[in-house]
Formats: sequence, structure tokens, C-alpha cells
Amino acid sequence: MTMKLATQALAGLALAGALIGGPLAAPAFAQEAPAQAAADVAAPAPGGVAAAAPAEAAPAATAPAEAPAPTPDKGDTTWMLISTVLVLLMIVPGLALFYGGLVRQKNMLSMLMQVSTVTVVGMMAWVLWGYSLAFTDGGGLDKIVGGFGRLFLRDVTPASNVATFSTGVVIPELAFIAFQMTFACITAALVLGGVAERMKFAAVLMFAILWPILSYYPLAHMVWWWAGPDAVAAAPSDPIQSGLIWGFGAIDFAGGTVVHINAGVAALVGALILGARKGYRSEPMPPHSLTLTLVGAGLLWVGWFGFNAGSNLEANGYAALAMVNTFIATAAAGFSWTLTEWITRKKASMLGMASGLVAGLVAVTPAAGFAGPVGALVLGLIVSPICVVFCSAVKNALKYDDSLDAFGIHGIGGIVGAIATGILVAPALGGAGIVDYTTCAADGDISTCDAATYAMATQVIAQLKGVLVSIVWSAVASAIVFFLIKFTVGLRVNEDTEEEGLDIVEHGERAYHS
Amino acid sequence: MKLIMAIVKPFKLDDVREALVAAGVEGLTVSEVKGYGRQKGQTEIYRGAEYQVNFLPKVKLEAVVDDAVAPKAVEAIRAAAATGKIGDGKIFVLDVLDAVRIRTGETGAAAI
Repeated sequence: MTMKLATQALAGLALAGALIGGPLAAPAFAQEAPAQAAADVAAPAPGGVAAAAPAEAAPAATAPAEAPAPTPDKGDTTWMLISTVLVLLMIVPGLALFYGGLVRQKNMLSMLMQVSTVTVVGMMAWVLWGYSLAFTDGGGLDKIVGGFGRLFLRDVTPASNVATFSTGVVIPELAFIAFQMTFACITAALVLGGVAERMKFAAVLMFAILWPILSYYPLAHMVWWWAGPDAVAAAPSDPIQSGLIWGFGAIDFAGGTVVHINAGVAALVGALILGARKGYRSEPMPPHSLTLTLVGAGLLWVGWFGFNAGSNLEANGYAALAMVNTFIATAAAGFSWTLTEWITRKKASMLGMASGLVAGLVAVTPAAGFAGPVGALVLGLIVSPICVVFCSAVKNALKYDDSLDAFGIHGIGGIVGAIATGILVAPALGGAGIVDYTTCAADGDISTCDAATYAMATQVIAQLKGVLVSIVWSAVASAIVFFLIKFTVGLRVNEDTEEEGLDIVEHGERAYHS
Repeated sequence: MKLIMAIVKPFKLDDVREALVAAGVEGLTVSEVKGYGRQKGQTEIYRGAEYQVNFLPKVKLEAVVDDAVAPKAVEAIRAAAATGKIGDGKIFVLDVLDAVRIRTGETGAAAI
């Protein structure tokens, strides 16, 4: 596998080099590249790459006039670029501070460092192989994982575009690549909440490389890879090329399964394989700065608008719907977590509010562009009490050390959201309904397409199948990765290091000087 | 000369300072400390985890005063720091052998 990857990668590098020079040396590019590029790129990206840059080939001028290839709208492109950096804000510093505030002072820097490291490694891996494995045609394995067609971002140019959710609407492939890259990074970073305060830095580094390969890229492919609206509309009676979970009919707007169930389950598996922190349940381990935790939660919320509304891939009414839902569900969940604690514990805690906000964001992720605003409100109210039960009663009863409740909030919140999405999408409940792409004319805007027949039971079963496959896939893949690390570089720091704190021993720094 | 050492609730510090100034005490040293007496600790809850916190934050004051001023100073602190609830703190009075003002070299009562 490694050998094959290497040779393919080299070929990709050479080709990418040729293409970068291409547009500048137009005639040579026009003669050499197009045929091969078009052959390589069968039907990638969430919808197919809309032809590898025919515009660049213009000098030839011999091709018969086909329907003009769609060009990206500047508003859509701008929105995707902004959304992308908003998701970055969620990770660094958002998630880093949210998690950082929750650990003890002696491990603050290790938390910030681990989140950052997983992110920078994830970015490099994404352009080298991640994007290709998630969002290209996987050939014989296409139901499960992508192929090598985009290794080293081979054949990607500023002129290559990918489909969106409307027929005849495209965005630059590079914008899509960058946007999806941030998703891959944050998913791996979320897992660190389950294994905080005890994982070796070398183990984190290995995790950052291995886990996405086994878990994130395949799940992203299974849930989000499909032929795209243009391809479906052009051949309405053909079977639609898609990943396994998409093929179930399961819908996941921004990653309830891919991101949150995946990260939550991985965090639980990691917590179980690593074992509990030294002194867990016998000595106090209070968060060292809930102030920073709320700063982080707030940054997560702001960034989440890029995450959810950006997942619409177009700046239109559905993006606005996703934005409204990302406000309302989050508000409701923050409120209901607070209320739950106030009733059961007699205190309305700030940490409860911050946790509720995140639980709401998680739950609304799969539903963002599908539920109606009132549906999102109900979803928010429901998700927090369920997460509270998992973060306190269940965790305490089973005694696993999901240190920062990555499973309790992301895993459970993701499951609740993914299933509820199947209900809340119902037009009768104010949901957006499910689009029947086979009826879409080639003139854009999905609101002009027919709605698919909606049957709640069918949809919920499809969602359940998606959830189940995600849980099982993530659990198995994560177990393989964590055991692999355990038996090579080792997972845990030694007891002395844990006692002393990871900051000083692993990183040689302290977060605070007084 | 007497050393008056008092442990009081942190939010009472300003009241105590004003009372001491009114009583004619001219200098005061303050430190943030943690400890417990009859009040014991308090319970903190973070999501599912409940912790008993044994050491509570308090403020420790130290002032060296003339023998004559000591009773007034003690009463000033007591009156200003009292809330009537458990955890108000304690006052200790100790004999002081000598004092030196570093700048001038004065000793004894002249140094305070």
C-alpha cells in the first residue's frame, strides 16, 4: 500500500507541476493535458468535477460548441472562502480553548498543542492523499472510499470546478478542497477530548496521520460522495453513483455522522483503550479555566455558521436556513442543559450552558439545511437532557474516563441529531423536504425541483442505518488505530509525567507564570 | 507591640481596611491564602463530577501596632469582618519583640 501510494504520488506531483505551468504556457497545455485530465477525472467531488477546464483549451477552437460549462458564481465562491476560515476559527483557537479550559492547569498547553498538531498534520495529509481518498471515484471500492485520482491534488487547477446541490451551479474545486480540509481536521481534533491529559505526544502525531485514513476519509466518502445534481438530472433513470450511506437515502447536511458520531465513538474507544487518568474518580480534576471554555464555546458557535451554512456550498436561502437553525437549536440546547442542571443539581452552572451550546451545535449539524427553525428549536431542547444523562449518570455508572465528554456530547448529540434529521426534514413539520434530483431541470435552484415522496418511517430507517454503519465503522477503525499506536510508540505517558503534567514534561513549557 | 494576624473573608477586606485606618492603624500587609476551619469546604459540580473542595479562599491580614492600639484594632477587624455566618474567620494577637524601619534604622515603637 505504501509503495503504491508513493509511486502514484510521484506521478501526481509531476502532473501537478505540468498543470501549474499550463495556463501560462497555453498552447502546450491545450494540446497535452485536456484529454488525459478528462479521462482521469470520471465523476469526482460531491458532484462531478465539471470538466477539467475546457475554457483553457480555447485556442484550439475546433471543438464543436456544446452547452457552455457553468462558471462559479462570485457570491457562492466568496461564501465558501469565508466559511472555510470560519471552520478554521472553530479549531484554532475555538476547540483548543474549549478543551484547554476543561483540563487541569498542568495540561493546558498539551491540549492546545494536541489540537493544533492534529490540525496542521491533517491539512498536509489532506492535500497529499486525504482529499483524493474522500472525494474521488473509488473504482471497485467506490461505495466505501475514494481512489487515487486526486493524490497530491493532481489535475486540480484554479479553473476546475465541482458541483453543488443545484443543477448548473458549480464552485471552484480549490474552495471545496479547502472547506472540506477543515472538516477533516476538526473531526480528528474532537477525538482528543476523550483521551485528554494522558496521551503521549508521539501517539497524538501517529493518530493524526492514521485515524483519518482509516476512519474519516472513508466515512466522508460513504456519506457525501455522489454523482451530483447535474449527472442525476442528465440520466434520471440510471442508478446514482454514491457512497454507501448516501445510497441508503440517509441525509447528513454538515456531518452529524461523518464528524460527530465518528469523533465521539473514536473518543470513547480511545478512552477505553488508554484507560482512565491516574487518580480518576479518587482525586478532584476540576476544569482550570471555565472562562476560556466559554471563550472557546463562543468561537465554536461563530465558526459553526461556516461549518453548517457553508455546507450548503451555495449562498442562497438554504444557507440562510442552516444559519437560522444553527442559532436556534444552539440557543435551545444551551437553555435546556442549564434547566436540566438547575432542576437536578439546584445550580445553573456556566459549564452547563457552554456544554449545552456545543450539544445543540452538534445536534443541528446533520439537520441544519433540512429542519425548519421550530424543528431545530425542539431538537435543541431535546438533545441536552439526553447528553446530560450520558455525561453524568452513564459515565459514572460505567466508570469510563471520557475526560472532556467528547463521546457524551459529540457521539450522543450526533446520534440524536442524525436520527432526528429524518423526522424534522418532513415538510409537514416545517422541514425542507427531500429533493428528487431526477426531476431537476438543468436550470439550477433545487427549490424548483420536485420533492421526493417523504415517508417518515422510511427516512428514519435510512438515518438509523447510516448511524449504525458510522458507529461500527468508527469503532472498528479507531480500535485498529489506537491498538496500532499502543503496540508501537505507546499510547500513554508514564505515571510520573502524568502527575507532573504533560506541559512541562512533554513540551517543556508552562501555561501560566505567577 | 503586638502583631495582629487575622483571617477574613476576601470580600470583607475593604471594610476591614477602612475600619483599621479609622482605628489609627497605619500599615497593613495582606496575602491571599487558602484554608479551612469549622466551615469545612464546599461542593463543586462539573458536569457529572462532584468534588469536595476542602480549602477555601481567605485573606490573611498582618499589622503590627502599639500595645495601646491593639484592643481597638482587634475590635475594628471583628466588627468589620463579621457576617454572623460560619466562616467569618479568626483574629490572633502575638507579642512582638522588636521592629526596625529599614530606611532610617529606627527601632521599637518608632519603627511602626
